[in-house]
Amino acid sequence: MEYLVTIGLEVHAQIRTQSKMFCGCSAEVANAAPNTHVCPTCMGLPGALPYINRRAVELAALTGLALNCRIEHNNVISRKNYFYPDLPSSYQRSQFDDPLCVAGWVEIAGEDGTRRIGLTRVHIEEDTGKLNHQADGSSLVDFNRAGVPLMEIVSEPDLTSPDEARRYFQKLQQLLRWIGVNTGNMEEGALRCDANVSVRPVGQKEYGAKVEIKNMNSFRAVERALTYEIQRQKAALDAGETIRQSTRGWDEARSVTVEQRLKEGSEDYRYFPEPDIPPLRLSDEWIAARQAELPELPAARSARFIAAYGLSATDAEVLTADRADSEYFEQAVAAAQAQGVGARDVAIWVTGELFRLTKETGESLGDIHDRFKPAYVGEVIALLANGTITRTSAKEVFEASFRDGSAPAQVVHARGLAVIGGGDALAGLAREAIANNPKSVADYKSGKVVAIKFLVGQVMKASKGQANPQAAQAALEEELGRV
Amino acid sequence: MALTIAEVEHVAHLARLRLSADELEKLQHELSHILDYIDMLKEVDVSSVAPTAQVTDLANVMRDDEVRPSLPREAVLANAPDQRDGMFRVKDIF
Ligand SMILES: [Zn+2]
Repeated sequence: MEYLVTIGLEVHAQIRTQSKMFCGCSAEVANAAPNTHVCPTCMGLPGALPYINRRAVELAALTGLALNCRIEHNNVISRKNYFYPDLPSSYQRSQFDDPLCVAGWVEIAGEDGTRRIGLTRVHIEEDTGKLNHQADGSSLVDFNRAGVPLMEIVSEPDLTSPDEARRYFQKLQQLLRWIGVNTGNMEEGALRCDANVSVRPVGQKEYGAKVEIKNMNSFRAVERALTYEIQRQKAALDAGETIRQSTRGWDEARSVTVEQRLKEGSEDYRYFPEPDIPPLRLSDEWIAARQAELPELPAARSARFIAAYGLSATDAEVLTADRADSEYFEQAVAAAQAQGVGARDVAIWVTGELFRLTKETGESLGDIHDRFKPAYVGEVIALLANGTITRTSAKEVFEASFRDGSAPAQVVHARGLAVIGGGDALAGLAREAIANNPKSVADYKSGKVVAIKFLVGQVMKASKGQANPQAAQAALEEELGRV
Repeated sequence: MALTIAEVEHVAHLARLRLSADELEKLQHELSHILDYIDMLKEVDVSSVAPTAQVTDLANVMRDDEVRPSLPREAVLANAPDQRDGMFRVKDIF
């Protein structure tokens, strides 16, 4: 039977703040010793009073704006109640009826143009602690992560394939990093993804039963887990079985999804407004201030690169994948243009040689910015364009300059890479070639003008390729006239 | 409003309470009585009263994003019934 696939993603992203959501404990928990970033508030001890982190709210709103959401004026923090050993207060502070951001969208590129994926909501909440399962049937609990600010980004069920789900998730990661609200680091758990997936026969109007997939910790895992789960559901339906609404975990090692224990249903979470945290009433001015904080986003910058610099769509996309890369490129273009070098030449060298070198060293353009300065790109191209160095030398100069940060002109000087363009040095080489090749000289004198090509070759060889062939021929013609 | 035994069992599970058959029956009556009292509140006309979860009239109580010292770990773990490697030790739950 033919089936339609429906996927929605719930992405949890750590908001990049110094301190936790409701207390002053450090939110830098990735490599901290267990239970060293905790206090009475994030431990849920009686009498502790939570205070909301202003920056976390601002950054979550900034995220909503980058995702084309509407920012809601009235915000309520709610308690989501359930018992679990990683949840010290037995409730998680989250948002229920009144999320901070609603009704947004992101555009993702696909084979047939861009597709707009709807976003239901972005809300703020606190993370839970971490359980370390032990072989002896116990768990060790570390509460460092408890209270770390998160935003949950919920998509509409608009995704139709595992590949599209992965590309949407990658787009989110790019945007979150671009605006600086999240590190995008999935190994450290700063960015996590759950999926809801259902299949239904073509022609059936209502969605199939929704299965939630958890524990997908990489882009590849998202794609593989969804591919597996869709096949599982199709096979079950083909066999006449019914799919139950359930939660399954992705087992990376075995490459299967496994049904998980039933947690409480949504009505059992007994959401109610957190009495310790007064509501947030966000003014139009406050929202306008967030809007003003929003940088130019990748899609707009890519379009501008195409329009202003004449880049191809592919180059523009590659150069705007990362914000620091795009900024490096623009600085390189500005410096290059001042030397009469065009943006497209800069793009060729950045996407070619420079990305080859940074791939090798594992650096980003932001990392190398202070060593291999953006202006150096145009300087190398200018040295090549004005004939000071050959194309082969240009690559050598570029790489040497990249490695140790010396200015390109300095590398050319230190390594003696300047083309021998004329003057005494070239005249000397020409005289030498004439003296060593009497037969060619005789041929030339007897009217076989092409014989000079051999002599040019000898001068080039003697100059180790550093002579300019036209200049070498001119010097030879001059010297031959004297013979 | 009369609760069923199943409903009492469900609520007991959410509260992580293990109840005997006698206790279930006793609580079935007691909880039902309490709900009857709550039902009396329904008689009050609140059509002109806005729902409220706050009585302080405060809004936008926020703090700057600044790190403050956390507790020493000995204090964090002082009341832990069981601990290992600087962490609370609990029974595993799947
Ligand atoms: Zn704390």
